[in-house]
Amino acid sequence: MRSILKWSRENLFATRMNAVMSVLSIWLVYVAIEGVFSWALINASFIGTDKASCAANPHGACWPFVTAKLNQFVYGNYPMGEQWRVNIVFALGAFGLGLLMTKRVSFKKEVAVLMLTVYPVLTFILLSGGFLGLSYVETNQWGGLLVTLVIAVTGIVVSLPLGILLALGRRSELPIIRIMSIGFIEFWRGVPLITVLFMASVMLPLFLPEGMNFDALLRCLIGVSMFASAYMAEVIRGGLQAIPKGQYEAAKSLGLSYWKSMRLIILPQALVVSIPGIVNTFIGLFKDTTLVMIVGIFDLLGIISFHFTDPNWTSPQVPITGFVFAGLVFWVFCFAMSHYSKSVERRFSVTGENK
Amino acid sequence: MSEKHIIEITHLDKYFGDFHVLKNINLSVAAGERIVICGPSGSGKSTLIRCINHLEQHDGGEIIVEGIPLNDSVKNIDFIRSEVGMVFQQFNLFPHMTVLENCILAPVWVKGVPRAEAEMLALQYLERVRIPDQADKYPGQLSGGQQQRVAIARSLCMQPRIMLFDEPTSALDPEMIKEVLEVMVDLAEQGMTMLCVTHEMGFARRVADRVIFMDEGEIIEENTPAAFFDNPQNDRTKLFLSQIIGD
Repeated sequence: MRSILKWSRENLFATRMNAVMSVLSIWLVYVAIEGVFSWALINASFIGTDKASCAANPHGACWPFVTAKLNQFVYGNYPMGEQWRVNIVFALGAFGLGLLMTKRVSFKKEVAVLMLTVYPVLTFILLSGGFLGLSYVETNQWGGLLVTLVIAVTGIVVSLPLGILLALGRRSELPIIRIMSIGFIEFWRGVPLITVLFMASVMLPLFLPEGMNFDALLRCLIGVSMFASAYMAEVIRGGLQAIPKGQYEAAKSLGLSYWKSMRLIILPQALVVSIPGIVNTFIGLFKDTTLVMIVGIFDLLGIISFHFTDPNWTSPQVPITGFVFAGLVFWVFCFAMSHYSKSVERRFSVTGENK
Repeated sequence: MSEKHIIEITHLDKYFGDFHVLKNINLSVAAGERIVICGPSGSGKSTLIRCINHLEQHDGGEIIVEGIPLNDSVKNIDFIRSEVGMVFQQFNLFPHMTVLENCILAPVWVKGVPRAEAEMLALQYLERVRIPDQADKYPGQLSGGQQQRVAIARSLCMQPRIMLFDEPTSALDPEMIKEVLEVMVDLAEQGMTMLCVTHEMGFARRVADRVIFMDEGEIIEENTPAAFFDNPQNDRTKLFLSQIIGD
């Protein structure tokens, strides 16, 4: 107790100005937290099956809406009886990521390779089905968090290697490769993602021959991946430029070929330098997935707002509750990514002093 | 005649844009010969040795290393780079790898030496540069002198027949210069062909077979160390020597 008093005197009330600022800040924080707290907990409704249960608390959150619709928020219209397939995909993904994040695991490389090769194939087989005795589930039945994660993870997994190749291409000494890389990057960076998605879903079918059509979700996946790759390329190019010329020369003088020196010397250093930018792009990509809503794909946000129109739940608290819930889920994922990136950065720190 | 010359440079020309860095350089190096190249900054001495392993591309003339001409052929360039080791002023160790990993990288990935064998070889060379107990440290944890000795060991691990040194002691604190020079003297005494760009005149006197003085892209004077230091012929050499030796 004495030490708390001492600490506050030194840090919060050292001068008169300091004291005024401290009181003001504490008051502001209190007002904000108190508002959120009473809305989300004190004045909120928790139990019920329709909007009537929320009518009693008009100034609080309507959580029954979220609990009643949770299944759709996670799986969309994925058939109830088949949802175990999604659960396996989620569980395997979480397990794999968990292994990659655990410090003591010594076989990280093998896990990473499996996650990048076997896991996507397995995910496709399980989610889509149509063979091996699994019934076919059309992608227009997919929705909610499932779709958000499918788009975000695909975008992340495709954009990193493609971004690396584009960044190397942009710095290439071969003019054709350089021009093609610059063209690709500048095209995709210059177009808004909404336009890309619209083009993919509305324009593209017009150009394709009659009868030939490919999946709407797949088109979105390609659009999002190309878009993210262009951004990723520029982030990685920044990292490549941070590597001193001497590193390239030392690699050359030892007789390493271009690809070997990139793989062993330059990229491992450049990628570590780029981690903050890479994670920034990942987070941006994760949040941008909400835009697929406008081409009729129901991601998490899309499906939540779709259910606002349910006549059982037309009440003024419902949209607010839904948006807050969506925000919370997005925040948890993005915060986790940013937090994890910090530990990765520390682990791969180039100086060797932090190892 | 050319049989015993391990490096043969004839009529070498090199430009940086409009700037004529190397002007009609002719230089033959015998196997086992130790050459020190000195001269004022901007005289082209670094560029000259960087041409030998094609870190710089020459614009005219010919460079032949062990009978192989250095031209656009990637195969020739790769061969020559695997025969020629280089030590840089700034060490240029790979900071994300341990000392041992730095040393085994090229043998494993370029020559295809099995990892265990490469590690044995690396430890042997680390011993030779007198830092066998630092193998698991990262370059950032070593002093400048230690880093430079690791860089020498890393080059030696490729078992080159020729070593190029590009001002290897210029970035070092004075108390660390000696430990690096001692390693270089060792190397010279074991018969390595060496081309050293350096201003360490004591080193030149002690080990060099020949000292070459360059200025403004030309070889002005070359002689045995004794004759070079005690009886320089050219006025520019005299001026340069008076400047670096002090008074």
